[in-house]
Amino acid sequence: MMQLTTGERQLGAIVLIALAILGIAMAAAGRTDVLGIHGAMVLLYSLALLFLLFSSAFGPEPSPARLTRYYDDPIKVGVGLTLFWAIFGMFIGVWAAAQLAWPILNFDTSWASFGRIRPAHTSGVIFGFGGNALITTSFHVVQRTSRARLADQFSPWFVLFGFNLFCLIAVSGYFLGVTQSKEYAEAEWYADIWLVIVWVTYFVLYVRTLALRKEPHIYVANWYYMAFIIVVAILHIVNNLAVPLSFAHAKSYTIWAGVQDSMVQWWYGHNAVAFFLTAGFLAMLYYYLPKRAERPIFSYRLSILSFWGITFFYMWAGSHHLHYTALPHWVQNLGMTFSVMLLVPSWASAGNALLTLNGAWHKVRDDATLRFIMMAAFFYGLSTFEGSFLAIRPVNSLSHYTDWTVGHVHAGALGWVAMITFGSLYTLVPAIWKRERMYSAALVEVHFWLALVGTLIYVFAMWNSGIIQGLMWRTYSPDNTLVYSFLDTLLAMYPYYIARAFGGLLFLIGAIVAAYNIWMTVRAPSAAQLPLDEDLPASDRPLDGAAPTPAE
Amino acid sequence: MPEVMHRKLERTATGFMLAIIAAASVGGIVEIAPLFTIDDTVEAAPDMRLYTPLELAGRDIYVREGCYACHSQMIRTLRDEVERYGPYSLAVESQYDHPMLWGSKRTGPDLARIGGKYSDFWHVNHLNNPRDVVPESNMPSYRWLGTTPLKLSDLPLALRAQRAVGVPYTDAMIENAARDAYGQAVPDSEQSSGVTERYGEATQISAFDGVTTNVTEMDALVAYLQVLGQLTRAAYENPAAPQQMPDPDD
Repeated sequence: MMQLTTGERQLGAIVLIALAILGIAMAAAGRTDVLGIHGAMVLLYSLALLFLLFSSAFGPEPSPARLTRYYDDPIKVGVGLTLFWAIFGMFIGVWAAAQLAWPILNFDTSWASFGRIRPAHTSGVIFGFGGNALITTSFHVVQRTSRARLADQFSPWFVLFGFNLFCLIAVSGYFLGVTQSKEYAEAEWYADIWLVIVWVTYFVLYVRTLALRKEPHIYVANWYYMAFIIVVAILHIVNNLAVPLSFAHAKSYTIWAGVQDSMVQWWYGHNAVAFFLTAGFLAMLYYYLPKRAERPIFSYRLSILSFWGITFFYMWAGSHHLHYTALPHWVQNLGMTFSVMLLVPSWASAGNALLTLNGAWHKVRDDATLRFIMMAAFFYGLSTFEGSFLAIRPVNSLSHYTDWTVGHVHAGALGWVAMITFGSLYTLVPAIWKRERMYSAALVEVHFWLALVGTLIYVFAMWNSGIIQGLMWRTYSPDNTLVYSFLDTLLAMYPYYIARAFGGLLFLIGAIVAAYNIWMTVRAPSAAQLPLDEDLPASDRPLDGAAPTPAE
Repeated sequence: MPEVMHRKLERTATGFMLAIIAAASVGGIVEIAPLFTIDDTVEAAPDMRLYTPLELAGRDIYVREGCYACHSQMIRTLRDEVERYGPYSLAVESQYDHPMLWGSKRTGPDLARIGGKYSDFWHVNHLNNPRDVVPESNMPSYRWLGTTPLKLSDLPLALRAQRAVGVPYTDAMIENAARDAYGQAVPDSEQSSGVTERYGEATQISAFDGVTTNVTEMDALVAYLQVLGQLTRAAYENPAAPQQMPDPDD
């Protein structure tokens, strides 16, 4: 099923056995620490994969003809993992949101208290859902736009399962209290080292596949995937440098301290948004939007401008998370300046996407999948405008520390990241499984409205609560005293916390609908076989659709 | 023609990737590296003391429970924040914080100067069930802290790792870490005198959770909360905004 050759099966077995031994070593060394639990999980994970591998180990060698086709098996598994993490991460999000309104919902347990499930939510959706979506679509896009098969059959599986092992260790760790407390980089040192190994493999696989390309130019989607892979590696390594208590302890201390740590953390944090949650998803936009709309990208020049603008400007913007803090003023000012300038390349991308739809707006009306992609571009424009606005110092004095930030993040995460992902999945699934269309167009429509209404309820609730709380904190009476105690401002939040949880719930239901629809699509008999030469790497036929050729 | 140049660039993967690395490196280098070299980035505070082993253990529990997700430890240079929470935070106050816990969201209030504002007894009740003392609170309860013994045996390793990342713990501090944690939570024990000897007279020695027969995670967390904002007087003596420091004995 996985088309692995004997050599690849042996390599897989060796790697998994080594990993199992590593798991045993961790379990033994960390038997008095939570590290031991993670050792046991590594062991079980590698044994489960070994079982899968051996169950097909003695099959015949795959046919050499496979090399003339794209390698899509890891993509199929990746779609399933993406949907699993989407539902898991969003469920934890709804639960965490509900706890803010009804604190009793942690049932007095340590593992389910808000401080522990909050990183499980953020890592679950960012790395689990977002990361799997990025890896899966990048395998699809790099092959189609390069007209080349993935460079080998082992590395894609290593990247996919290795990355999911990272997610598993990270998320389970938060429930157990294993965390570095660095926002969006909470995973501890051993998970971080493992991610570096996985990431280097991903990078090498990507470069080798690009090297096989039969197109002279590297298509714009691949620029973004490359920036995503390279810059995330830099950010991850620098931010996570740490000294563990010992090799038998999960706990470590970061080498950065105080004000320098704050800058490193938000340089990382903001660029995790830029290169994990923006660059990679812009890659999806640049491939699946023209594909679905059957229109060429509006402007090649705008693509170049926005790509280099984003790559250069974003790295300066992190310090806007630290306005009015003990971080020196000059860094705050640089962060603000570059954040405002970022609006130019961001809106160049969003505008490029929306203008691409000119001549295809009737399709946006009829096709909910394309509408997902259109709405994602719209929310991308909206939240990048909001981001530049919130980075202005006086605005930030009101918004910082309030729900406005949370609302801003979710306008991006739900409206942009999740919607572009679902739009891409609805385009990718029928193509990969050789189905004519999704199982149910009506369910895609239902999902679209659940997602849109859920996002709007969420974002409006958080805008309201954030601005109200920010204003209450700074309200003075005529005799120059603060009017509201902190508690007064918390009480004003409760109605919005309930509304937010409801909006999130709608979005979660939408994701479940998507998973059902995709499952039924996969199960449906492959009646309408696409003609094979439509989707072959080696054919001399110029690529169909506008996607891989840059517009003039 | 820049467009022609770019067409050339996008034909080579290696060149393109080097260009990405170059473009993406500038911002971080310009903004981060000078923070280590410009001297007035971090103020001088000769009176700054280190976290005791018990306080450090409490800090690790604060990290473990994700308290930073709802509580900041960074008072901004804004009038309403200074009036609500106390003098604005200085960089030096977190110079030994690996990692910093400045936070990004205030679902609950800022804690940078919470030390000394409430009694140990209040903190223990509040952590056991916040709604017992603040009926409208949405904070989780942390009942298990009072029944979980603190793992004293890891403390020397913790201090050694802290020293490895730059916190000036002495050999004596590392050697006596477990003893000092016990001594700080059990007043009048023979281990207590060593704590003030090594960490200064201002160190609070108290049966933080009200029980002296054992050292629990509650002891550690309350000890940490009570030292927040108390490690140095620098912020109170800041000529830009002098203020009265709260006295833990009040």
